[in-house]
Amino acid sequence: MIDSGGLQQAKLVLLGDMGAGKSSLVLRFVKGQFFDYQESTIGAAFLTKTMPEQHVKFEIWDTAGQERYHSLAPMYYRGAAAAVIVYDITNQDSFSKAKNWVKELQRQGNPNMLMALAGNKADLADSRAVTKEEAAAYAEENGLAFWETSAKTNVSVLEVFTDLATRLPRPSAPQPQQSSGITLTEQPPASTRKSGCCT
Amino acid sequence: MDTDYDAIVLGTGLKECIISGLLSVDGLKVLHIDRNNYYGGDSASLNLVQLWERFRPGQTPPKSLGSSRDYNVDMVPKFLMANGNLVKVLVHTDVVKYLEFKSVDGSYVVNKSRMEKVPATDMEALRSPLLGLLEKNRVRKFLSYIQKWDPSNPAPQGGLDLQRMSMAELYKYYAVNEMTVDFIGHALALHTNDQYMHQPAAPTAEKIKLYYTSLTRFEGTKSPYIYPMYGLGELPQAFARLSAVYGGTYMLAKPDAKVVYEGGKAVGVTSENETAKAKLVVGDPSYFPDKVRKTSQVVRAMCLMSHPIPNTDNSHSVQIILPQKQVNRKSDIYVFCCSYSHNVAPKDKWIAFVSTTVETSNPEQELSSGLALLGVIDEKFVEVSDLYEPLSDGKQDKCFISRGYDATSHFETTANDVLDMYQRIQGRPLDLSEKDPSKTQTT
Repeated sequence: MIDSGGLQQAKLVLLGDMGAGKSSLVLRFVKGQFFDYQESTIGAAFLTKTMPEQHVKFEIWDTAGQERYHSLAPMYYRGAAAAVIVYDITNQDSFSKAKNWVKELQRQGNPNMLMALAGNKADLADSRAVTKEEAAAYAEENGLAFWETSAKTNVSVLEVFTDLATRLPRPSAPQPQQSSGITLTEQPPASTRKSGCCT
Repeated sequence: MDTDYDAIVLGTGLKECIISGLLSVDGLKVLHIDRNNYYGGDSASLNLVQLWERFRPGQTPPKSLGSSRDYNVDMVPKFLMANGNLVKVLVHTDVVKYLEFKSVDGSYVVNKSRMEKVPATDMEALRSPLLGLLEKNRVRKFLSYIQKWDPSNPAPQGGLDLQRMSMAELYKYYAVNEMTVDFIGHALALHTNDQYMHQPAAPTAEKIKLYYTSLTRFEGTKSPYIYPMYGLGELPQAFARLSAVYGGTYMLAKPDAKVVYEGGKAVGVTSENETAKAKLVVGDPSYFPDKVRKTSQVVRAMCLMSHPIPNTDNSHSVQIILPQKQVNRKSDIYVFCCSYSHNVAPKDKWIAFVSTTVETSNPEQELSSGLALLGVIDEKFVEVSDLYEPLSDGKQDKCFISRGYDATSHFETTANDVLDMYQRIQGRPLDLSEKDPSKTQTT
């Protein structure tokens, strides 16, 4: 979808185990912030970020904790143009979970969805449990971009999103405005009110 | 699961998900459980594989229908009134940002076995064969009065007291004929039967106003209805997301979930030998078999087709009302149709629904005059559902139980049930005029 400013809007979803750093990664990317003790996601699971150089506006969906008991709704994947699957390089289990999420996306998601694998907490390399080689090989096999990131020290975070934005398929021609799509707002604009039947 | 909550919600139907979302936004600690491994309960939209599992277990859908995941077949077909209470709740909670809506192409009513367009503009009304010339003038006067009538003013207006006089008396005052009465009562006020005639006129006048404000709510719409892309099943998911964003915990696939009572009051829910405690429990009737009574039955047919409904101007989405008198019944028959334009079916496939309140012991036969309008049907599934209502208001036993989804064509009774439940739970009404609570939280 192209908005009036010529920006391509793209839905981006985050997936990964609890505590892998999904929210930290997004907050670093969108707001340039990092908190050592990021609370489990509450109240801010829908962020947007404009990347002017790529003419892309990402609508970023966080899981809102619904991944916890495997109760993520199918609407979460619906229409997503890109996905970032996050694991914690110090936690082998989170890497297995990431692989499950990739499988789930291949099953449920849009077949043209771009996927990036982010091995987060790269600043904790001393306690590393997943080798870079193992993850890179897996990403290669499954057609995912791969980065080791640190939301804390701001390593390769921007790169993950910039790379996805650059590779987004572009609409081939200017799309005609969808005539029947509706934006629900508080009140109808006064100018659009018309008289009803028979009056 | 062994924790304390403020509220536990059972079932992820639309009503339960809205309540869950509203309570989480209010700051309550909510646990939301479903016995199924999918969202939506009765208000889910099913893909082909799920549809066959439900209606034809052991068989597989024919290849000619296309990919299973391209289908979103509603189990309770309804449209949203564009200016109705559900839209107000969607805007109030900002849940609209998770959804995309399109208007419904057309609205028709069957009259003397002919399908006529419900007039959407003054011009269409003047041209409509539904009304004779003299009758048009009377209808114009009647509708003009309704349009000026202010529901917030309880005093008589223009010499008429709609709080006191019956709708039948109001029709008589404007001397409109029987066919017009049928048209106004069923195609505009959207009553499912004629019980409203001898009740005060005010509620019906409000329903007519709702029809027109819905028609003009968005520019360029040809019907008062809107419908979400990918089907109604998106609605409960969107409200569940709202609840989760505000801290609600979700657990699906808990087939043994059961309410725990102490001294006649609900105190929690147990599943797989774990118990979650809560101050109150909310849920659909299926989780409270001893606390509900059956009120009626609705029969619904879901039909997969490879063409639009004949005589609807090739509409990609449409509603057709068969008023009770036209089909010699007590309650109306509704036909709904959606297609690939709302992403509920693959390209060049249509899904039509025919539904009504059951009146006889042969419910499927009752749909026949609706089914006859559809033309060739590729696959048909028929389901009869029992409607339940709670025996009490929940204040004593702390069980706040929703009503089933009735035969009405839109979500007004659904939204009103939710608003009523909210008021009973929180002790105050939901202020829909209040500024959207979540806007301050997003960027």
